[in-house]
Amino acid sequence: MLEGIDLSLVNWSRAQFALTAMYHWLFVPLTLGLGFIIAIMETIYVRTGIPEWKKTTKFWMKLFGINFAIGVSTGIILEFEFGTNWSNYSWFVGDIFGAPLAIEGIMAFFMESTFIAIMFFGWNKVSKKFHLASTWLTAIGANLSALWILVANSWMQSPVGMHFNPDTARNEMGNFWEVLLSPVAINKFLHTVTSAFVLAAIFVIGISAWFLLRNRHVVFSKKSIKIASIFGLAASIFLAWTGDGSAYQVAQKQPMKLAAMEGLYHGKEGAGIVVVGALNPNKEYNNSDDAMIFKVEVPKALSFLGYRNADAFVPGIADIINGGYTYTDKEGNLQTALSFDEKVKRGKIAIQALADYKKAKDANNDSAAVANKRLLDNNFAYFGYGYLNKPESIIPNVPLTFYSFHIMVALAGWFMVIFAGALFFLWKNKLEKQRLFLRLSFLSIPLAYVASQCGWIVAEVGRQPWVIQDIMPTAAAISRIDTTAVKITFFLFLIVFTALMFAEIGILRKQIRKGPDLEDEPEKAV
Amino acid sequence: MSKQNIFRRVLDFYITGFKTMTWGKQLWVIILVKLFIMFAVLKAFFFPNFLNTNFETDTEKSNHVIEQLTNPNK
Repeated sequence: MLEGIDLSLVNWSRAQFALTAMYHWLFVPLTLGLGFIIAIMETIYVRTGIPEWKKTTKFWMKLFGINFAIGVSTGIILEFEFGTNWSNYSWFVGDIFGAPLAIEGIMAFFMESTFIAIMFFGWNKVSKKFHLASTWLTAIGANLSALWILVANSWMQSPVGMHFNPDTARNEMGNFWEVLLSPVAINKFLHTVTSAFVLAAIFVIGISAWFLLRNRHVVFSKKSIKIASIFGLAASIFLAWTGDGSAYQVAQKQPMKLAAMEGLYHGKEGAGIVVVGALNPNKEYNNSDDAMIFKVEVPKALSFLGYRNADAFVPGIADIINGGYTYTDKEGNLQTALSFDEKVKRGKIAIQALADYKKAKDANNDSAAVANKRLLDNNFAYFGYGYLNKPESIIPNVPLTFYSFHIMVALAGWFMVIFAGALFFLWKNKLEKQRLFLRLSFLSIPLAYVASQCGWIVAEVGRQPWVIQDIMPTAAAISRIDTTAVKITFFLFLIVFTALMFAEIGILRKQIRKGPDLEDEPEKAV
Repeated sequence: MSKQNIFRRVLDFYITGFKTMTWGKQLWVIILVKLFIMFAVLKAFFFPNFLNTNFETDTEKSNHVIEQLTNPNK
């Protein structure tokens, strides 16, 4: 049904969105995590009155400020793109996407811009406790801003709490709380922010390790590493828990994404989880080649983690296309999965019903309108399938999803080793002598960014072809604009964002090389 | 303390804060240049809102999106 759409327009629009989202996400996680690390350090300063903690807080606050300043408003570009490149989508999602984004905008503006000013300008101008409260509120505000964005994203992964209005072609929010508190949204928020905490902890440890390697600011570095390691280890444990929760939701709501994450082409009961493996590039869903060239797996773990039952059936890519397996639906009822062909049939019925409803309304034929509305409602859950023809179109990029997922998990494990190792060496009072460990800690900083980006690749590439799960495929969401315009802005963004990234790295590098101020400068703001 | 005094104090707080900035001034230059590029260049010349530019009323926008959804190859 989408044969006439210029695929290069779809692909360039996707590439542009991915580019801006990934660049935006370079700046966001450090803000989310470092805010809390600073708040903890300042809390220790306020409670103990030890001036070194104030200097420690101020140094990391400086790096927080640089990252915040460079990254602020890079996300606005995404909203520009919604209006220009994704107009069908923007209209179709209506206030469900608009409401959380509006709340985010207001909250970000008032909370962050107010308290961040006190955080930077308020040293020795407001009371210690008021300053501390501002630091905490900046951190909380930044994370609450992320909540609303992630709620909107979660709705795309698992659309709930809405009904489609065929008169306006918009989804209307039926239940705000169902949108806000959907299990997908809660898990996504907690998993994303805790991943940001881990990234920030690795950043603090890595920079502090760099100082220790040069035998500079030893006390400051060890204090910073202590806080970051405890914070990072606690965040890592929480990250594993929320990761499990997220994967469970993926198993329930997006089984194709789970199958891609695990390279599972043919489902089975008691499915294992791949620890290490390489995909067979020749594997298709409908051939009998092995999916993996080699793999090491934990038996039954995928069934247990995905369905809380070690012997549960986990559908593979071929099963999801062919249907016929049983699963438990949202209401807890046992259902037989529909095949791709059946879903396409129902999707086409829904799309035709929308067209006929519109004609009936224009002709003031109320009875036909009611009948078509009923037909649309009954098949709306498969609306997006009506645009698809080939079974392959519902398979995401398996290698990209699989390897991104496994790199992310492996790096999360590596970061736990760093946190535990740092605490162990601090406890043994041998940290500054562990040159290899310190080097590895420093080199882990870019790895934290790689892991963070991989998480988003899994989330976004793994859900393709859907921009709204089962309801709207990406190709149906775009505006019919000139592909050349999208290409031009793609490269413009590439230049602007790369310049911003290098600006950040340059300014950070300069400030890090200077190190924490030995003399406190109360009269200076930032 | 009167409301005016509080307002004045808040204003002084920000003015003093900005005046005493050291390396933060460099960040503000980056922020302002970035916002200029985003809003005065990108938004103004490259990112018009497709529906707002091509249609005037919500009904026209709805009709267009319904047409796109029901007949996407048109």
